[in-house]
Amino acid sequence: MVARAPYDGVAVAVPVTVPYRRYSTNTAHWWIGRAVHDVVARAGLRPTDIDGFSVSSFTAGPDTAIGLTQHLGLTPRWLDHVPLGGASGVVALRRAARAVQCGDAEFVICVAGDTNHVDSFRNMLTTFSRFAQDAVYPYGSGGPNAGFALITRHYMKRYGATREDFGRICVAQRTNALSFPHALMKKPLSLGEYLSARAISDPIHLYDCVMPCAGAEAFLVCRQDAARSLHLPAARILGTIERHNAFPDDPIQFRGGWVMDIGELYAMAGIAPGAVDFLQTYDDYPVICMMQIEDLGFCRKGEGAEFIRAHTLTADGSFPHNVSGGQLSVGQAGAAGGYLGLVEALRQLTGTALGAKVAEARIGLVSGFGMITYDRGLASGAVLLAGMDA
Amino acid sequence: MTEPLVRPKRKNPLSKTRAPLLPQGSRSRTALGLTAAAAEGRFALQVCTDCRAAIYPPRDACPRCLSPRIPFEEVANGGTLLAETTIRTSIDVYFRERMPWRVGVVALDCGPSIVTHLHGDAREGERVRMAFKLDRSGQAVAIALPERDTPNMSDDPEWRELTCDPKFRRVLITDGRNAVGQAMAKALSDAQAGIVFVGLADPWKPFPGEQALRRIERVEIVPLDMTDSVSVDDVAGEIGARVDILINTAEHVRAGGMIERKGLTVAREEIDIRYLGLMRLAQAFGPTLRARGADGINSAAAFVNLLSVYALMNWPAYGAFSATEAACLSAAQSLRAELRPGGVKVMNVFFGPLETEWYQTVPPPKVAPAALAAATVDALRRGLEDVFVGDVAQDIRTRLAVNPKAVERELGS
Repeated sequence: MVARAPYDGVAVAVPVTVPYRRYSTNTAHWWIGRAVHDVVARAGLRPTDIDGFSVSSFTAGPDTAIGLTQHLGLTPRWLDHVPLGGASGVVALRRAARAVQCGDAEFVICVAGDTNHVDSFRNMLTTFSRFAQDAVYPYGSGGPNAGFALITRHYMKRYGATREDFGRICVAQRTNALSFPHALMKKPLSLGEYLSARAISDPIHLYDCVMPCAGAEAFLVCRQDAARSLHLPAARILGTIERHNAFPDDPIQFRGGWVMDIGELYAMAGIAPGAVDFLQTYDDYPVICMMQIEDLGFCRKGEGAEFIRAHTLTADGSFPHNVSGGQLSVGQAGAAGGYLGLVEALRQLTGTALGAKVAEARIGLVSGFGMITYDRGLASGAVLLAGMDA
Repeated sequence: MTEPLVRPKRKNPLSKTRAPLLPQGSRSRTALGLTAAAAEGRFALQVCTDCRAAIYPPRDACPRCLSPRIPFEEVANGGTLLAETTIRTSIDVYFRERMPWRVGVVALDCGPSIVTHLHGDAREGERVRMAFKLDRSGQAVAIALPERDTPNMSDDPEWRELTCDPKFRRVLITDGRNAVGQAMAKALSDAQAGIVFVGLADPWKPFPGEQALRRIERVEIVPLDMTDSVSVDDVAGEIGARVDILINTAEHVRAGGMIERKGLTVAREEIDIRYLGLMRLAQAFGPTLRARGADGINSAAAFVNLLSVYALMNWPAYGAFSATEAACLSAAQSLRAELRPGGVKVMNVFFGPLETEWYQTVPPPKVAPAALAAATVDALRRGLEDVFVGDVAQDIRTRLAVNPKAVERELGS
């Protein structure tokens, strides 16, 4: 197999979060437009400088990226629509990086944004995928809670993880979120409160679930020399992978696509997992965080719970994880949930953190996971990022 | 262990009748292959013609070899329940009022994993039997049952939501004067129906089997003339709100085709009793049935049509009769759609010649009235929609699936 070309010369900059709201009367177009506006303004560019545009959204329908170009008055020469939910950020970055590297575009804005009307979450679930319509939704209509409950239940039985282990993930993320200004969850969470919360879909309880909300996240991809001339603090890509529908014969999901490509990820970067200063996993449910810690090489399969017991996961802990609080504490703004970890990683690596800071953050690993169209998450991806000086 | 159902108390006439809600019923066209299987009680998945992989959820290409040749076939229904969850909050109004609701994921012996409803006695880690059933929306859903039958298992709430079990339900049998009506009354009484109303036109006229009929436990005779709209309306006005399962046993069987049967008198009678009779029942009982689809343990559940299998293809020896039966079948399809908002099933029970006087000249095999009644009860318990009783009916069903033209020629020779 041909080795992947490195991502030399590419800069990732201008991390933007449009503050989330539980419910919004605005449209997805408003949220996306606001994020694009903020990137352009903070980069010191004009809208006409934007020649590449990548969009992820569940609620912009019937529009896709092309409709949004006219809506926002952009005239890009490179356009992408990444409908990959929790893997959107990593995948959008991978593609945009190649476009910039190859000269197909100079300034690519990658944006994910969704609104949340009072009943938009229900509407999205009923029409999420053909398999969901045919083979999941009619079974109790528990939404992702029920699907992940089955995965969690199986994982707990197979590997001996306990609710306390998952609770440690959620409690540490809440601690991280307390200093993050955009987090919707502002109250501390104790392990006792986590354990005594009401059951949603056993073994999933209230604090295992993300809160659907409205919001947008965005960043800019350009050449490193362009970032320098604009005086934009930026990060660079050490390596990145994606994989879809991995291990289709596993009767129930206990691992993700990272397992297939993880060796290549670290080989491209020329580092080992020990060199990673902080990890941003996709945290739709804590069991998925635990799977990522294993599948991204921080411990062996089935040892995630033990790993978590042996570490502190707060921003100042021995294994900083989801340092802005993740979706579990900030909220899940649709496809923006697939950007949240990446945008926060960019802030950490460029010294622009809004809340908790990871001391001497040089290398961050961001992982994406998305699209339960039937019984498992199909899309997975990961990117190793470093500060420009690291 | 399934908690046995308790006979429901008489309903407070002032309490609100819960409006029926349905689970989501939209499906891809391909997934309707499961609905076809569930309607007849088969466990069928797509199986790839080229690589023999069993496929689920329904697809339009084989995920193993990309072959487009993936017809539905019956497959082994065994599996292992890998994981279960009890859903306690749902965004769907139908499930919200039925919480908590257990679902699970089963690794099927034939290959794929299936997200499924769970019978209360299906246990995590253990072997299960899978079945496809029609839910209240009329579409197929999977349910995992314990590997072996357990006590009171048909009383399980998730199972009962998918079936039309007569236990504690009140049944109306529209005509008790004939052998089928009498056998049906006995079978439904034995199946623990709450009340078995039996219709009789001119109840003062004696008829064979009358004493035995009146002796059946929980039988209540009601005066009902299927050819008289006023009579049907009167009965519906009196007992309509207490009829949970309606079984139309009115029959009118006469030999003869289009040419050789002289005049229209017999045809008019036939149509009046069978086709217009069905319409009278639908208009008198349909609205209440549809409104009572979620009315507790003895909610309205089914409207049962007994249809000659020659409704599906004309048998010229009984040609005019077959045509009337075809009209009844077509009407039943309309009724099915009209009762669906109430979650009430329309069940068509197809049979060949019966062991009764009107088929006297027809050679065996024939279906005994008791066998027809037993098959109807079984189908109600299983929640089927199309049932083929006896060798002749099943033979016609199988042949129609292969070559309907051949059936037409052969029945007419």
